[in-house]
Amino acid sequence: MRPGMFLGTLLAGLAVLAAAISFLWTPYDVTQMAIADKLMPPGAGHWLGTDHFGRDILSMIMVGARVSIAVALVAVGIGMGLGVPLGLIAAARRGSWLEEAIMRGNDLIFAFPSLVIAILITAIFGPSAINAIIAIGIFNIPVFARVTRGGALPLWTLDYIRAAEVSGKGAALISVQHILPNIANLLMVQGTIQFSLGILAEAGLSYVGLGAQPPTPSWGRMLAEAQTMVTLAPHVAIIPGLCILLTVLGLNLLGDGLRDALDPRLKVMR
Amino acid sequence: MIEARRLSVSINGTAILQEVDLQLTPGSITGLVGESGSGKSMTSLAIMGLLPRGAKVSGQVTLDGRDLLATSEAEMCRIRGNRIGMIFQEPMTALNPLMNIGDQVAEVLRIHHRMDRAAALARAREKLDRVGLPEPRFPLTLFPHELSGGQRQRVAIALAIAERPDLLIADEPTTALDVTTQAQILDLLAGLVRDEGMALLLITHDLAVVAGIADRVAVMKAGRIVEEGPTEMLFRRQAHPYTRALFAASRHAPAGTGPAGEKDPLLQVQGAVREYRLPGNAGVLRAVDEVSLTIGRGESVGLVGESGCGKSTLTRAILGLDPLQSGNIRISGQEVSAGRSMPRELRARAQVVFQDPFGSFNPRWRVERLVAEPFHLTGYPPGWRNRVGAALEEVGLSPGDARKYIHEFSGGQRQRIAIARALIIRPDLIVLDEAVSALDVRVRAQVLDLLADLRRSHGLAYLFISHDLSVVRGVTDRVLVMQKGRIVEDGLAGQVIGAPNHPYTQSLIKAMPRIPEGWVAA
Repeated sequence: MRPGMFLGTLLAGLAVLAAAISFLWTPYDVTQMAIADKLMPPGAGHWLGTDHFGRDILSMIMVGARVSIAVALVAVGIGMGLGVPLGLIAAARRGSWLEEAIMRGNDLIFAFPSLVIAILITAIFGPSAINAIIAIGIFNIPVFARVTRGGALPLWTLDYIRAAEVSGKGAALISVQHILPNIANLLMVQGTIQFSLGILAEAGLSYVGLGAQPPTPSWGRMLAEAQTMVTLAPHVAIIPGLCILLTVLGLNLLGDGLRDALDPRLKVMR
Repeated sequence: MIEARRLSVSINGTAILQEVDLQLTPGSITGLVGESGSGKSMTSLAIMGLLPRGAKVSGQVTLDGRDLLATSEAEMCRIRGNRIGMIFQEPMTALNPLMNIGDQVAEVLRIHHRMDRAAALARAREKLDRVGLPEPRFPLTLFPHELSGGQRQRVAIALAIAERPDLLIADEPTTALDVTTQAQILDLLAGLVRDEGMALLLITHDLAVVAGIADRVAVMKAGRIVEEGPTEMLFRRQAHPYTRALFAASRHAPAGTGPAGEKDPLLQVQGAVREYRLPGNAGVLRAVDEVSLTIGRGESVGLVGESGCGKSTLTRAILGLDPLQSGNIRISGQEVSAGRSMPRELRARAQVVFQDPFGSFNPRWRVERLVAEPFHLTGYPPGWRNRVGAALEEVGLSPGDARKYIHEFSGGQRQRIAIARALIIRPDLIVLDEAVSALDVRVRAQVLDLLADLRRSHGLAYLFISHDLSVVRGVTDRVLVMQKGRIVEDGLAGQVIGAPNHPYTQSLIKAMPRIPEGWVAA
């Protein structure tokens, strides 16, 4: 394993681990306020210090990781669940009006800045983690549709697809049996990248108050709440910011590493 | 003069070349013949100093007495292109698609001579004229995609000779080309050697190609040159057993393939027409134009034509993958239609083996599942795994191979697996779409034998599609020649090849490289 991928796995793994442990145990209750202990710097009692309500930052980071990962994961799931079939259909019916319709529909979604639409959705349906998931998920659909179609098109020219056709298999069966397993690498890499973008998007939506609602902690909202106190207690802002940065960096490194490890063409060049 | 003496190359401890001696004298053509993996290309890369990283070289490569192996990389850059030129097999990828042909040839001159653009373009014009791409039909402003495969190969040659190199290395320069184009390119190369007095190292797997053009031939096997000598002498003598095996395989015709076809027609194509709309408003291309043909039960029929003649389109229609615009195709009297509407029992009558042993299989499936795929048409019978094992045995593999993945097999073995896949549901007709074109001569001979045996034991009919008449000759009863979407000649194999009627067939036969009759030791 190359160092970049190792570091990526480590950072992403750390975030997942923190989220997993938070289900069983957190150092303090995240809803428990202790005004007397507010804005304490990192130390023995509170490893990462406390915020302006005296809540333990480490506990909030752990529960916040849970929210971030859940939102990003479900959003990737929505994107894959709808985007991959659409991409497969577009590739199987290449050259037809159906492909044209799917791909132009994609372009339409791409044409809107995702954050603006997310704000629109949450403005209409009310701010919540669920609506954030849906908003982020919708923008994953065209990404996966494009990657799937792009990966599937060259496969359709290969002889083993011809052989499957001669064996009487239809486009749907060929897509599932022959195309999908051979573009799984591609989807895995894209999934990792979309996952990191999802975490970033969730943090952004929470930051403007459209993500998970209080008292559920969220990295983005922690940042938002900390910004008035940056000069007073910088760690309250720095810690959630670093968490977002390191997790996204880790996932991107992991995605790049996976791409290099799984792409035989890049292997030859090394 | 360029000379390799005791040239050895090893990569990670594996010997790739062992003590190769070659003398490439000005004005002469040396043929380097061998099967894939024998080290032919590695020899040329070693001479050029382009070995992959980690390769260890020993011995000597001298250019006019100067040791190239001891020359610095910067110096080698000047020598490559300037004194050694190279052309490759695949003309489609050898040129930069974003640069017009004039600039591509001129670029070489500008790099090596710091010529100004106008002078370089004038020289480029001269070189393109020399390789048979004259004005006004081939202006310098043409882009590679506007040229055919043969024309691109001419541009690649113009690039290689732009600097009047002392040595031109041609690595399978005609393998990707049609026979008539191949003959023209070989003529061009021979003419260049004659006129410009350079040495040509012609790397090929095809003995007939070197027979017609080379002054000397070296036969290579497993990194060694096993036999070397003047062409005619080497062909007559065949001192080394491997040379003899290679010769025998290249002229191999499976025994017992007389006209055994029954009268009962199996495949009938009548007035088949298939058109494609060309991009823009360029009209329509009639890829298959009123084609009619019949194949009897158990008959083996060859369909020969150059690329773009419509044979692949016709094949797709016969297999029920593409619809026809008019005419019809019947198998055992039942009409073939494209897509879902074609009954499964009818589809199960015809199977196919493709050219490319590497693209014919899903790399993520085990052989078992690959070979059994046609059972989709008939339903998986109980004990289908045993049927797969039996089919693998029939094609000379072992039933245990069923658990392996396809990357564990060589090209020849893969073609056997493809045949097993075609056989598994006991079809009446197998379409062999250039099925042996990608194989080495000895492997090809084995696969042809296998096909002949299977035909006898299973009463199979073959439609043997090829661009190469010499392959078709030995394994078919009847040959159809296709040109521009039409069948122009149809007759018994011996007759079509021995005494062709149609001018197109005559030109194909004339262009076919062959070993002179008297040369071959009995």
